[in-house]
Amino acid sequence: MKTKTVKRRLSGSSPRPVKLWQLRLYVASQTPKSLAAFSNLKKICENHLKGCYRIEVIDLLKHPHLCKGDQILAVPTLVRKLPQPVRKIIGDLSDTERVLIGLDLRPAA
Amino acid sequence: MRNNGSNGAKSTFPATYLPKCPTGIQGLDEITGGGLPCGRPTLVCGGAGCGKTLFAAEFLVHGAMQFDDPGVFMAFEETEAELKANVASLGFDLAGLVRRKKILFEHIHIERSEIHETGEYDLEGLFVRLNHAIDSIGAKRVVLDTLEALFAGLPNEAILRAELRRLFRWLKDKGVTAVITAERGREQLTRHGLEEYVSDCVILLDHRVNDQIATRHLRVVKYRGALHGTNEFPFLIGDDGLSVLPITSLGLNHKVSNGRISTGIPRLDSMLSGRGFFRGSSILLTGTPGTGKTSVAASFAQSAARRGDRVLFFSFEESPDQIIRNMRSIKLQLEPLVRNGLLRFHAARPTLCGLEMHLATMFKEIVTFQPAVVIVDPITSLLAVGADYETKGMVTRLIDFLKGSQVTSLFTSLTHGGHALQQSEIAMSSLMDSWLLLQDFEGNGERNRTLYVLKARGMAHSNQIREFLISNRGIDLVDAYIGPSGVLTGASRVAQAAREKAEALASQQEAARRKRELERKRATLERQIAGLRSEHEAGADELRRIDEQVETRTRVLTAERTKLGRLRQADARVAASTQSSSKSKRRKA
Repeated sequence: MKTKTVKRRLSGSSPRPVKLWQLRLYVASQTPKSLAAFSNLKKICENHLKGCYRIEVIDLLKHPHLCKGDQILAVPTLVRKLPQPVRKIIGDLSDTERVLIGLDLRPAA
Repeated sequence: MRNNGSNGAKSTFPATYLPKCPTGIQGLDEITGGGLPCGRPTLVCGGAGCGKTLFAAEFLVHGAMQFDDPGVFMAFEETEAELKANVASLGFDLAGLVRRKKILFEHIHIERSEIHETGEYDLEGLFVRLNHAIDSIGAKRVVLDTLEALFAGLPNEAILRAELRRLFRWLKDKGVTAVITAERGREQLTRHGLEEYVSDCVILLDHRVNDQIATRHLRVVKYRGALHGTNEFPFLIGDDGLSVLPITSLGLNHKVSNGRISTGIPRLDSMLSGRGFFRGSSILLTGTPGTGKTSVAASFAQSAARRGDRVLFFSFEESPDQIIRNMRSIKLQLEPLVRNGLLRFHAARPTLCGLEMHLATMFKEIVTFQPAVVIVDPITSLLAVGADYETKGMVTRLIDFLKGSQVTSLFTSLTHGGHALQQSEIAMSSLMDSWLLLQDFEGNGERNRTLYVLKARGMAHSNQIREFLISNRGIDLVDAYIGPSGVLTGASRVAQAAREKAEALASQQEAARRKRELERKRATLERQIAGLRSEHEAGADELRRIDEQVETRTRVLTAERTKLGRLRQADARVAASTQSSSKSKRRKA
């Protein structure tokens, strides 16, 4: 199912073949919210994107200059770098349904 | 953390002076007594297009250029390129300041459609960014323009509000002086109630249209811990940025000069105790249409420029060429003075822009040209642009500014209608040091101009009405005749002069006639005197002759008697003695 989704998107928008989902999670130190966000993200990816995703966790307190690139305001923020277009999801990702809609893994009802 | 302590100390000692952070915006620092509260956030709110972003940008640019305070500009709406272009048109080199790391520009882009909310979050990212930006250049000033974009971009208002509260607290702790802009709300100062969080200083900008003329106003709504001007002050956005009027101080303590400056009309000088106006004083010249206000002004301008003073002539009715041409007809040669740079014209239609814009342009012209004499012809055109109460304030500031910089200023003022000559100008006249009144007198089928000095502070001045003549030889003043039927001017004055001349001639002739008559009388008398004298002399001769005769006769008689006595010899002595005794006997009886 997950591969189907990817393929459909590929044929629909981009001619470039994308196999990997590149996700970036911005957090500010190890707060309960960021920890929750990471574990929620992990769970969703394992369920829907098994094997074809990469999560990069960026601690803004350690790398504050990285805020600018992705226009991060809220923390935690999940950025879907690939596939295009870029999507941003803010919050601790506890609302799985909304995360899936946000990541375009499930069409909005 | 380090700043936290000092902030706490500040707030516990309200009696000590609140440190101020100068904005460098003309006039604002005067109103606020030194600038915005240092190390605290200030809210600048106002409707669309009232200059919030510019205010904020100037705060940073002046801070970086004049006070060496680096600053961070965090823009939520405009991109860096847009803002640079916008402020470059006002002469600020934002790009250069950014290159020299005096200003850091952060554009924050929020797109609601790109953001999906999935649970709890906070705005730590914004804090981190801001903190990083502040620390990377050591910023002392921060601008957030405008935070309300967050309300549009982030769906959860509860979180947002909590975070904003934290943000302002954080900014205070950080010890930066922050300017936060916000859109004006319908019933509150800002649309999203930001004033709730920023409680130290709130400045309201306003852009109003009155009678089709837009005027910007600035008001310090709140300034905790400091005295501030509470009025609405007009401000404007000119070629060099924002300036709040007053440009000069609100005090009344300008220096005065004892020097005098000629009016260019010798007779008028002599009416002003012989030496003209005081240097640096303000002069009002009022008159109905066509009484020669511009001519007097131009003549003043010419004489000042010929002496080598710089003269700035603001014309709101005629173009410079027209004034030069018209003045040539009364023998005032302004063109050479314009050519050698001593006389400068600045002409504009009054309705071109709002009053404060005019005044700002005037201020700027005055500052760049550095004139000794400024002429505004007519000031009433400016008054027509704004409401009464505000124009008076504006004109006060203009006069104050001119006096403060020792500029002699002449304002002409157009009055309408016959009898309200003085009434309409009362508001302004109290500001003026000298007031000349030009008036029309109509009678005998003609109109004549007159001039008198209504007031001239600090000098003896003539109380006489003078007739004011404009001819191709220039301007001259002539004594007016004041008779039982009123002031005589023009033809009736000439007629009166002729009549008086005739009368004088008649009385001269009369006197000559009387003189001749008297001469004649005197001559007659003298002749009589001569006659009498010769008669008198003849009488004296006669007397002398009689005396001589008497003497001769006596002598002869005596000689005869002596001879007879000698002949009788004997009793001559007896006879003589008896004669004498008989004489004495007769006396006793």
